[in-house]
Amino acid sequence: MSTLPLDARFKLSYPGFCLDVDMQLPCQGVTALFGHSGAGKTTLLRCIAGLETAATGHLRVNGQIWQDNNTFVPTHRRTLGYVFQEASLLPHLSARENLEFAIKRATQPVTEADRMDTIDLLGIAPLLDRSPGQLSGGERQRVTIARALLSKPGLLLMDEPLASIDQTHKQEILPYLENLKTTLDIPIIYVSHSAEEVARLADTLVAMENGRIVASGPLNDTLTRLDFPIKLGEEVGSVIEATVTERDPQWQLAKATFDGGDLWFRDSGYDVGCQVRVRVFARDISLSLQHHSDTSIVNSLPAVVEEISTEQHPGLALVKLRVGNTPLVARLTHRSAHHLELAPGKPIWAQIKSVAIIQ
Amino acid sequence: MGFSAADIEALWLTLRLAAIVTLLLLMIGIPTAWWLCRTRCRWKGLIIAIIALPLVLPPTVLGFYLLLAMGPNGPVGQLTEALGIGLLPFTFGGLVFGSIIYSLPFVVQPIQNAMEAIGERPLEVAATLGANPRDTFFNVVLPLAKPGILTATILGFTHTLGEFGVVLMIGGNIPGATRVISVQIYDHVEAMDYAQAHWLAATMVLFSFVVLAILYSRKHLMIWK
Repeated sequence: MSTLPLDARFKLSYPGFCLDVDMQLPCQGVTALFGHSGAGKTTLLRCIAGLETAATGHLRVNGQIWQDNNTFVPTHRRTLGYVFQEASLLPHLSARENLEFAIKRATQPVTEADRMDTIDLLGIAPLLDRSPGQLSGGERQRVTIARALLSKPGLLLMDEPLASIDQTHKQEILPYLENLKTTLDIPIIYVSHSAEEVARLADTLVAMENGRIVASGPLNDTLTRLDFPIKLGEEVGSVIEATVTERDPQWQLAKATFDGGDLWFRDSGYDVGCQVRVRVFARDISLSLQHHSDTSIVNSLPAVVEEISTEQHPGLALVKLRVGNTPLVARLTHRSAHHLELAPGKPIWAQIKSVAIIQ
Repeated sequence: MGFSAADIEALWLTLRLAAIVTLLLLMIGIPTAWWLCRTRCRWKGLIIAIIALPLVLPPTVLGFYLLLAMGPNGPVGQLTEALGIGLLPFTFGGLVFGSIIYSLPFVVQPIQNAMEAIGERPLEVAATLGANPRDTFFNVVLPLAKPGILTATILGFTHTLGEFGVVLMIGGNIPGATRVISVQIYDHVEAMDYAQAHWLAATMVLFSFVVLAILYSRKHLMIWK
């Protein structure tokens, strides 16, 4: 597996829309292209797949040039898998035949074991003899993902694979996607406007607006940037990778350890050693100069103030903290910030009122 | 009473003509329809109009110009003579050529509509799975356009069976070579031999009805818009 970054520069104009991007992505893990509809996420993904033949630019994937001024590798010769937003099984073929279609044209031979593993990974064994019309939206999308994997891609592109699926079925597919992430050693570029999907799946975040990239980098670094706070959903916050290290049966709590300390949360049956993602909203962190033991707040961590800026409302401040190596963002009033004499480099206690385990 | 020997000969000739013409029409019509679907050529509208002309022209007008074109001074005539085939008017080959022109819109339009209905997505899906354009055409486009191709086959076949005006203009009435059923019926009527005409005419009605009944009771009907 090559670790060369994916290098993409594209320009494409439609009436009323202009895509102009220049990005380098790590060739591993899940990169989320995040933004409102109309931001150009899908168009960018289609450019990478070679489906937008009018786009000019430069694209290098795994060390191979897929597009530059003189080259345009057609889509069918790019080693990629593409999962379209709406279920896109070939309607004249059964689920099994759809998989066969990919296997026959795969870039490398697909072994029986590969086939079984993929079918298991997505839990589609009972669906194989059905035609696309006999599958629910979620089932179709799972077969589509399996089909993309069986073509043995070097890069997997997913365009809001859950957008056309109702909430119940989304919850049914997300675990499969999380599985995929840990099982696959190929990079995934995942287009989404869903805060939940990004928080659960993304390692790298690329935020887009009006055809441009406005912020990009490792998920939590990007989320906690104060010059361009990205709201995942309604709220600014951070997403921390942690490991469950202890369970306290007496109080029904579990402890997650991350680079910077421990967080206690309500135990809902996570095994010790399990990797979790913890989401902490800026509104749920309050700051204090001293460590208090006479408070109901369970999680209190020593932190250092890194940066202070003003929220949309002039009375509110966003304060970026560093706990160990992990950045967090807290929201408080400017009056409190003034009162506490907050300044970059000042040690402080972050009191976290609530955390959400999202994975 | 029943079919006379001449009737049988006309029936057989007509079936042979329709089968050959339908086969050639599909070979010409399928690529033409696909090209019309995909092309951004600015002459596209003009070409569609030319193909559709036989739908609206009186067959005698079409037959008249085909006769001129296939004659010794026409472009088709000069080509066939240069190829050593000789002149086409009043031959079975001429009938085949005329019938292809006459029935082409009945074949191209249903196939083109079926292909357009497929949309971009299945083609993009095939490409992302590593299928080249030729592979995509044979394994995605053709299977998905099957209902349209079936409709086109039936329309092309039945339309050729019933052709009269064009045949009369370019083929005349040569037994065994150009005397098709419709001309044979015309001859019977001219001779006031209505009973004999009935045999053939009723056969045609029955055959066409059965074919259309099968066609229209199919679930995925693909006649042009």
